[in-house]
Formats: sequence, structure tokens, C-alpha cells
Amino acid sequence: MPETLLSVENLSTVFTLPGRALLAKSARLTAVSDVSFCLEEGETLGIVGESGCGKSTLGRSILRLIEPTEGRVVWQGRSLTALSKTEMRKARRDLSIIFQDPVASLDPRMNVGQIIEEPLKIAEPKLLRGERRKRVERVMDEVGLAPEMINRYPHEFSGGQAQRIGIARAIVTEPKLIVCDEPVSALDVSIQAQIVNLLKALKERMGLTLIFISHDLSVVRLVSDRILVLYLGRIVEIGPRQQVFQNPAHPYTQALLSAAPIPDPVVARSRERTALQGDPPSPINPPSGCGFRTRCPIAREDCAKDLPPLAKVDADHQVACLFWTEVRADPALAAG
Amino acid sequence: MNATIEPLLTLSDYTVRFTTLDGTVNAVNGLDLAVARGETVAVVGESGSGKSQTFNGVFGLLARNAETRGAVNFEGRDLLAMSSKELDTVRGADMAMVFQDPMTALNPAMKIKHQLIETLVIHKGLKGKAAEAEALAIMKKVGIPEAERRINQYPHELSGGMRQRVVIAMALLCRPKLIVADEPTTALDVTIQAQILDLFRDLTADAGTALILITHDLGVVAGIADRVVVMYAGRIVEEGPVDELFARPAAPYTAALLRSIPRVDRDADAVQPIGGRPPDLINLPRGCPFNPRCGFTKDKCRSERPPLADVAPGRRAACWSPFIDAAAGTAEGQHA
Repeated sequence: MPETLLSVENLSTVFTLPGRALLAKSARLTAVSDVSFCLEEGETLGIVGESGCGKSTLGRSILRLIEPTEGRVVWQGRSLTALSKTEMRKARRDLSIIFQDPVASLDPRMNVGQIIEEPLKIAEPKLLRGERRKRVERVMDEVGLAPEMINRYPHEFSGGQAQRIGIARAIVTEPKLIVCDEPVSALDVSIQAQIVNLLKALKERMGLTLIFISHDLSVVRLVSDRILVLYLGRIVEIGPRQQVFQNPAHPYTQALLSAAPIPDPVVARSRERTALQGDPPSPINPPSGCGFRTRCPIAREDCAKDLPPLAKVDADHQVACLFWTEVRADPALAAG
Repeated sequence: MNATIEPLLTLSDYTVRFTTLDGTVNAVNGLDLAVARGETVAVVGESGSGKSQTFNGVFGLLARNAETRGAVNFEGRDLLAMSSKELDTVRGADMAMVFQDPMTALNPAMKIKHQLIETLVIHKGLKGKAAEAEALAIMKKVGIPEAERRINQYPHELSGGMRQRVVIAMALLCRPKLIVADEPTTALDVTIQAQILDLFRDLTADAGTALILITHDLGVVAGIADRVVVMYAGRIVEEGPVDELFARPAAPYTAALLRSIPRVDRDADAVQPIGGRPPDLINLPRGCPFNPRCGFTKDKCRSERPPLADVAPGRRAACWSPFIDAAAGTAEGQHA
């Protein structure tokens, strides 16, 4: 039985926005709302959802790059949310992050060697310069960067190469968990595949656990063991990849999957599509009850009353929909 | 396709170059392309393939350091020979463009109404109430709910999907014969992307408008295009009807591109990336521009550039050894 590495317990992150007019009350934006899940060592959890659903905030709140408002993050039995700033700094050597925009996430005034060694300086301050250099060269080799590039600057690199630098920086402290926040979204398709394969290979080699945040369902399907679907900051469905993709239980997951383009004209023409109407509601003023009900093709009166609890579909598969059994029984229902 | 019978737009030996301090950037290199009335053509390529610059040039929207050569014929008129003023009678009227980011395409300080009316005043000489009624009708046509209220709002008050609908409405105002849409859904969420692509599909079917869709997303292409043009290093490497091109790509680049993308409807362990990097447009490789990354490179590919030649009825490819035998018109099938 693999060990539970990370557990996120009732995590919420709320931002306070200034009032729009003079003397107006400040607004509260609930980006992440009551999210709980566990991560086992060595698994990859894909977090999907549309822009504004809170997926990046969730990733950052877990690492306390954004302070969560409520709830706990427990890392190997220790509550991260209870740590002081200094203790958290030490804990970060095990917890790393890769960002979406590879060029913007690298300091333009630092050369590649300086960028990659920086986390190491904090994690292992006693390391001698020469040893640090060796470690940097080793990770550069691991991510496919030639060691001669060590003195070059970020602007000299293409997007794909820059993302390799970002990955090297993320793995240099030999972390156990990496949050990958849209790591390939800014890259060309042929380069995306290079980076995805690199992440998969590193995961195997280093025994990493990954949280892979992406709006691109096809990339998520390729890399993830389990899938977490977010809508308006809440989990609407969580379960093993196979089940979520082949037999989704939430009408939103169904809609998301059916809207994702498939690069095959014959399949694209023949498949049934759930066309969602409208836009997601504002997280400042979410609807009562189920957040998805304003766009849901099967919404009923009951959906406006209370938040639907996460119900058990299978052992490891949960869904927050009052009528999921009907959705399951008749997928055409959600196709409206 | 009847592209050869009655082309609406023809590009012949079309070349775009930029003079920069680092040297001459060969963005588009002797392109030959014909688009028929009413057809939907997807132009696919990675960044730097020249797909956007080609049509920026057609619309006279290139940066000052650009130089164009060749001919662009739109309904018997040579657009490259026109002054900017003459071009204004064509663009926005007979041909319109939709850009990726609707926020930059719209004037943030102007109400939607006035932006729409402006076009009608300039191109159709409409005034006052008549122009307003026409603007409102077009807003409804592109599926904007509460059009009467929305038309009096500013762009920032609308969601991204709604803004893109407004931009499409603007493009449709003068009932153009051709719409060029440059990555129109790239900035949008998948469920909104599906809505916008449905809108394009309906609009082109109803009005017989030709659509050129510039995109990097082969999934989007599969769902909407009649014909596909694949570009690499400022040249067409392959073109053909969508079903045949996806089922049996003729050029190794097209085949490699298709293999490099994950699919949302399938489980896979890995994707096959294209090795290496996109070409340097200042120093293009000798011979076939794809030869340094191609798995089938022969001596001839390094010395001589392959012309775009017929490989099957309606299909052309620029490759010395395409996967489809021109004489037999059948696939060799070694790549599938």
C-alpha cells in the first residue's frame, strides 16, 4: 500500500477585493472552496477546469505561495499550514513548482547556472560552490540542456528550452512533490510532447509525485493517474483517470470532455456533443446550491437549495451532483 | 474542391520578409494558395511557420520593416498593388479579420454600439437609427443574449467569449465574402471555444462565406475545416481535404505533428515528440526546411528544396519521398 504523502483538508482560499466605489463594501472572492483530497506517493493528480475555476490558486495554496484562508495541508504527517515562515522555507525543498510561462518565470538578469542553483542555496546552504555547480550540471543533463549553456541568459532560449530550465530549477533540490501549473500550455505542439515526455521520465526516475494543473484535457489524460475536476473553486468530480474520462459522472465533466477537440475529423463529426450555454458565474457572487446549475442541462429546483455533497460513485471515485445516477444511466440526458 | 475553378483569393509566389538588425527574416517564402468561395480552409502550423504573417500581409497589416512580393488576387483585384486607402474599401467590407485576443481588437473606451456602427457608416453609408438597428440585428445573429443591453456596454463589461462574439459580429457587418480568423478560440475556455466554433460553422453554412482559420490546434481543424493547409518555415508542406489529410498524411512533418498530440478520447502512455527545434528563419536550412528534424531525410533533402507537387487528386505535398505515391495515388502506409 503506497503511503499518503499529502493530504489537503477542507482547504479554502478567499481573496478580499477592494470595493468598486468609494465607501463601497469590499468583495470576497472565494477562489478555492472546501477542497479535500489525498495524494499517494508516486502518483500524478491532474487538476482540470476552466479559467477562473481556482486550479492555479489551489496549487499555490497547497505550497503556501498563496496563504490559504481555511483548512489544512498535511505533508508526511506534518501540518504545513501550521509552520512558521522559516520552517516552511525548509520544507520547500521537498515541494516544488513549475510555471506556465517559462520565459517570464526566469529572472532575465540571472544566467542559467544562477537560476538553477538558487533553490539549492536555500535548501542546502552548507553545500560548497563546486559541489553546487556539479549538481546544477547534473540536472541540466537530466533535462536535456547542454552544460555549455550554463552561462547563458533566459532571453537566448526558445520557449521549450526555457521550460527545461524551469524544470531543472524545480528538481535541483530533489523534491518529492512538484506542482506543475500549466507547464506546456505556452509551448508549440511538437515541443509540448517533448516536455510532457521529459516530465514523465523524470517522474519515473526520481519517484516524483506530481500535481498537474491544466486546462488541456488531452494532456491531463496522458500524464495523470487520477483526475480532479474543479468548478467555481469546488471539486465537482474526483476519481481514477479511466473512470473520469470513460465514464464521467458529473454533467460538467461530461460537457468538458465533449467540448474538447479531437484531432480526427471522422470522430469529430460523429460524436455527441454537450453544448454548454453561457459563461461560468462570477466567483464573487456564486449561485446558491450547486455552482454549476446555471449552465447545467439537467438542473432542477433541488439544485438551487443546498450544496451537493461529494457522493461515492466507486471506491475511489466521487461526484458532487444530486442526480449523478441519472447522468450515468443516460449520458444523452446531459447532452440536452 | 473547386478551388481551381473559381478561386476567391489567390496567393501566387507570395513572399514576406522582415529586415531586422540580426538579418533578414524569411517569414513567408513563395507561397501558392487558392481559396474557393464558401469553403473553410484551416491553415495549420507552429509558431514561426508564417501562418499569421501570410494573412497579415493580405490585409496590409504588416510591420513597417516588412517587404512583400508576389501577387494577392481577391476577386480579380491585386491587393498588393493597392494603396492603403484603396485597401480600406476591401478590408472590413468584402473581407474581414478576427483576431485571437478580442480585448485588443476592440476599443476599450468605446461602447460596443459605436464600434459596430462605425463600420456601417464607413462601408455602407448607413446613419443613425438604421445603423443601430443593423448593429443590433448582427449582435443577435451571433448569439449574444440581451443584445439590447449589451450593445450599450463597454468591452470590459463582457466575458471573453462574449467579446469574441462581438468581434465576429463586427467582421460580419458588411456580409464579407471572406473571413480570416487568426487563432480565434485560443484564448477561450474549451466550452466557450465549442460555442464559437459552432457559430463559425453556422455562419459560413448560412451565408456561404469563405473562412480561413489560422490555428495551431489540430483538434479545432478536424472539427471545422473542409481543407487543410500545413505550413512550415513559411512554406506549404502539405494541403488536402481534411479527412484524407488526417487519415493519410503525405508529408513527414504532417505525420509527425499528428503523432505528437495526445488525444482526449484515448489512453496512451506517451506521445512522439518531433525532435529538434523549429527552423531559424534568418538562416533557413538548405534543401527541405524540415530535413534536420525529419526521420526520412536523404541526401537530396539536404541539397534541394522539394516543390509543392500533386500527390493525389486535390492533394499536394512538398517532399521528395511523400508517403503517398503520386503515380498510384495510394498510401504506402509505412508511417501509420
